[in-house]
Amino acid sequence: MKSMAELEAIRQRTLQRINLRKEDESENIRVVVGMATCGIAAGARPVMMKFMEEINTRGLKEVTVSQTGCIGMCRLEPMVDVYLPGQEKVTYVHMTPEKVGRVVAEHIVNGRPVTEYTIGAAEK
Amino acid sequence: MRDLSLHILDLTENSVRAGARLITIRVEVDEKKLITLTITDDGCGMDAELLERVMSPFGTTRTTRKVGLGIPLMAQNARLTGGDIHIDSTPGKGTVFTAWLHGDSIDCLPLGDLAGTFVTLVTANPEKPDFVLMCASPKGSMDFDTRAVREVLGDVNLSEPEVSMWMLESIREELGPIFGGVIL
Repeated sequence: MKSMAELEAIRQRTLQRINLRKEDESENIRVVVGMATCGIAAGARPVMMKFMEEINTRGLKEVTVSQTGCIGMCRLEPMVDVYLPGQEKVTYVHMTPEKVGRVVAEHIVNGRPVTEYTIGAAEK
Repeated sequence: MRDLSLHILDLTENSVRAGARLITIRVEVDEKKLITLTITDDGCGMDAELLERVMSPFGTTRTTRKVGLGIPLMAQNARLTGGDIHIDSTPGKGTVFTAWLHGDSIDCLPLGDLAGTFVTLVTANPEKPDFVLMCASPKGSMDFDTRAVREVLGDVNLSEPEVSMWMLESIREELGPIFGGVIL
């Protein structure tokens, strides 16, 4: 087993990072992955894992990854909502781990949604 | 569902929604390759009428639609291998879900990424409940308990990306020798 000492080191690092985190919760970016039966069957878990991995390697502090249930558009799963403070939510459809890298780089880091992956592009 | 770990993820979400405080996921493979999956929770439980409803594809606890496929899909995949499922539930006490699958059947799904399932559950539900993963095969056994992780972390959240990655690697490392690299 990876050592508990390692976990303790992570705790110390995280506590330092949390102090740097913006005080105002509303400044945080949220990534929400659809994780009901339909989402899971379509491949939502690897998508969520890839988001966590990218956020970890880039050391993004103000991003949280969470999950939601089925919102009734099962044919478009895996779906991911990205909430940037002060902007309207962006819904990505038919997500894959390969698409996650671009969403993180262009949308979450640089604030420009990847239009071609959005529900608007898929449903026109 | 492409593998058993995805079924486990899906079914464990039911336990989370039942308001459980502790959920234990057990995956055991015996020398005859019989796979036993058990998900035990201390959530709100189900009465006999609801239990019958969730076993059917046309029953769900949701109010927004009339179908619920999680349990029926798992039942189908278990029965394809000559196995079956069973649910034991007491209102107010909790639920024990069990599935048996014959691992040597051509129709048996692979185990899949159990570590990925576990970490997804923990990351998505960092406050409550606690999760325990227990795995065993003739080659060995392991268990992983988020209560132990919580104790070390103090007030650091279990959904911190670095913590998630630590759990993922740590569970994968332990599962390797038990189920092998290519699973079943």
